[in-house]
Amino acid sequence: MQAAEAHAAGESWRHVVRLEKVDMTFGKVQALSQVDFEVGRNEIVGLLGDNGAGKSTLIKIVSGVLRPSAGRVEIRGRPVDLDDYSVRKAHDLRIETVHQGQTLGEKQPLWRNLFVGRQIVGRFGFIDVKKEKEIANQLLRQAIGFRGEGITAESTVRELSGGERQGIAIARAMYFEADLIVLDEPTAALAVSEVRKVLAFVEGVKSAGGACIYIEHNLAHVHEVADRLVILDRGSVVGEFAKGEIGLPELTARMIALHEGRPHARA
Amino acid sequence: MPAPEPARIRALRIEGLPIVAVLVALVGAFMVAAPEVFLGYRIYMSFLATVPPLLVLALGLTLVIAAGEIDLSFPSVVALSGWVLAYFIHELHSPWLGVAFALLAGGLVGFVNGILVARIGIPSIIATLATQFLWGGLTTVFSQGLSYSLGDVEELFLWRLLVGRIGPLPVQALWALAIAVALWFVLNRHRFGEHLLFIGDNARVAEVVGVNVAREKIRLFALMGVLAAVASLLLTLENKNFFNTQGGGYLLEVMAAVFIGGTSVFGGQASVVGTVAGSFIIGMVEAGLVATGLQGFWVRAVVGMVFLAAVIGHLVIEEPERGRAVSRAIRARMGFFRRGPVRG
Repeated sequence: MQAAEAHAAGESWRHVVRLEKVDMTFGKVQALSQVDFEVGRNEIVGLLGDNGAGKSTLIKIVSGVLRPSAGRVEIRGRPVDLDDYSVRKAHDLRIETVHQGQTLGEKQPLWRNLFVGRQIVGRFGFIDVKKEKEIANQLLRQAIGFRGEGITAESTVRELSGGERQGIAIARAMYFEADLIVLDEPTAALAVSEVRKVLAFVEGVKSAGGACIYIEHNLAHVHEVADRLVILDRGSVVGEFAKGEIGLPELTARMIALHEGRPHARA
Repeated sequence: MPAPEPARIRALRIEGLPIVAVLVALVGAFMVAAPEVFLGYRIYMSFLATVPPLLVLALGLTLVIAAGEIDLSFPSVVALSGWVLAYFIHELHSPWLGVAFALLAGGLVGFVNGILVARIGIPSIIATLATQFLWGGLTTVFSQGLSYSLGDVEELFLWRLLVGRIGPLPVQALWALAIAVALWFVLNRHRFGEHLLFIGDNARVAEVVGVNVAREKIRLFALMGVLAAVASLLLTLENKNFFNTQGGGYLLEVMAAVFIGGTSVFGGQASVVGTVAGSFIIGMVEAGLVATGLQGFWVRAVVGMVFLAAVIGHLVIEEPERGRAVSRAIRARMGFFRRGPVRG
């Protein structure tokens, strides 16, 4: 039923991204081991787990920042050549990521931040500054709703609040019209009213026919919007629930049990 | 969110404006103090002949510092490439090949720096300190510690092309200006420059937005090497002489020119216009002070004062909050705080 919606007929893939037996080691640390993970065409997957469970590592593999030590990655049913996969390739394959924490250049103006990594360039790689600024200003007014607040394409990131920064990062992902949007704790630095905006955005992705991987510490938020929940613990998938299979209290209890069951549980 | 900046501060944001003003003020002061020298054109032609090597080095270093890195090895490239050029002219009588190999040598030194920094992961201050010793030392070995006098080099078309005179105007000034304009566009209008700014701002951010950080850093150091070789060509041909420690005196002067020009010590922000002004300030102070009758001993002290004033000035413009905090503290101490709330 999902596959039929919104997307071009003729393509037969079921999962926008699929990881098979993925390992990731950093020196002696095994961050992920034998992880199978997939995201359906029009599915919102909530990714849960304690600090250090491997959530960020997993999504960095999906978004092309990290190369897995072993395993297979498929995007829209096609195997990915991992030697040739990168953030740029992920963008080309319409996968956008809003990473955790700082994802904007603080001293740079907003127009540069919106386009860096895939600038609008003319011959010889020179940037079409006028066009980038034009689109940036349009985005600021329409998509983000910065009106009359003295924020323009020329403003630098350090003039913005945490919520405004997150708004820019999300607007960047939205503008490039991804099939899969990866959000790594997008609400961590936000005020309550701003959190609602992010949740509305996630639901907007879904109704526009896109898919989303959503990492969030606040269980109530993920539980509310996710079609499926995947729980990671110490680099392995330890639980998976479709929407409605698990209630919020039960989910909370489970996460607490996981946390306390860890040999070196951190506070 | 901070309040909108006062228009006064906004105006100072025009690239390089404060430091160009300092340069103009300095020239004005010299004109008053030594009118017989500074109201004629000769002294300026002399600056235009001597400043270009310093300027070209400073322009390259501006990009390096914009990316949050440093290159200490360029003085040795000035020596090495100078030796290559002198050897080809003096011993092999093929100046054009000399130019090609001098540039190649600079590019190679820079490329090796880039590999050390970006692939092997040695901090640039250490990697380039090491290569400064290495290439400077090898230049001494290659040249057997000798100097080459290139007295008859003036006959060459190459000499006229790079450091000749159009009327009284030294041609190297035009080359340096062309490089400055080109690098302004590279830094402010090209993808490569934007990548450097993001790398300097926050390399982790650059990585996640899809900048190939390692590749861009290697390109950056290679470019710096080539520019150092260009500076070496201009210097060696202008002096009509090669000596194996040439370039050694440039290290601190070039860094001073870049920072006086307003490029951020912390990376992520750089001013090519500022570097041009900063280079001329550094290049002029000595001649200017001597002409005004002050002893040469004063040169370094005056450079130090201009340097400090410039860096504080840039800080105030770059981070108005800090500037306001300073003026608030001063006013409070002087008992002026009753005048009303401080602006902003």
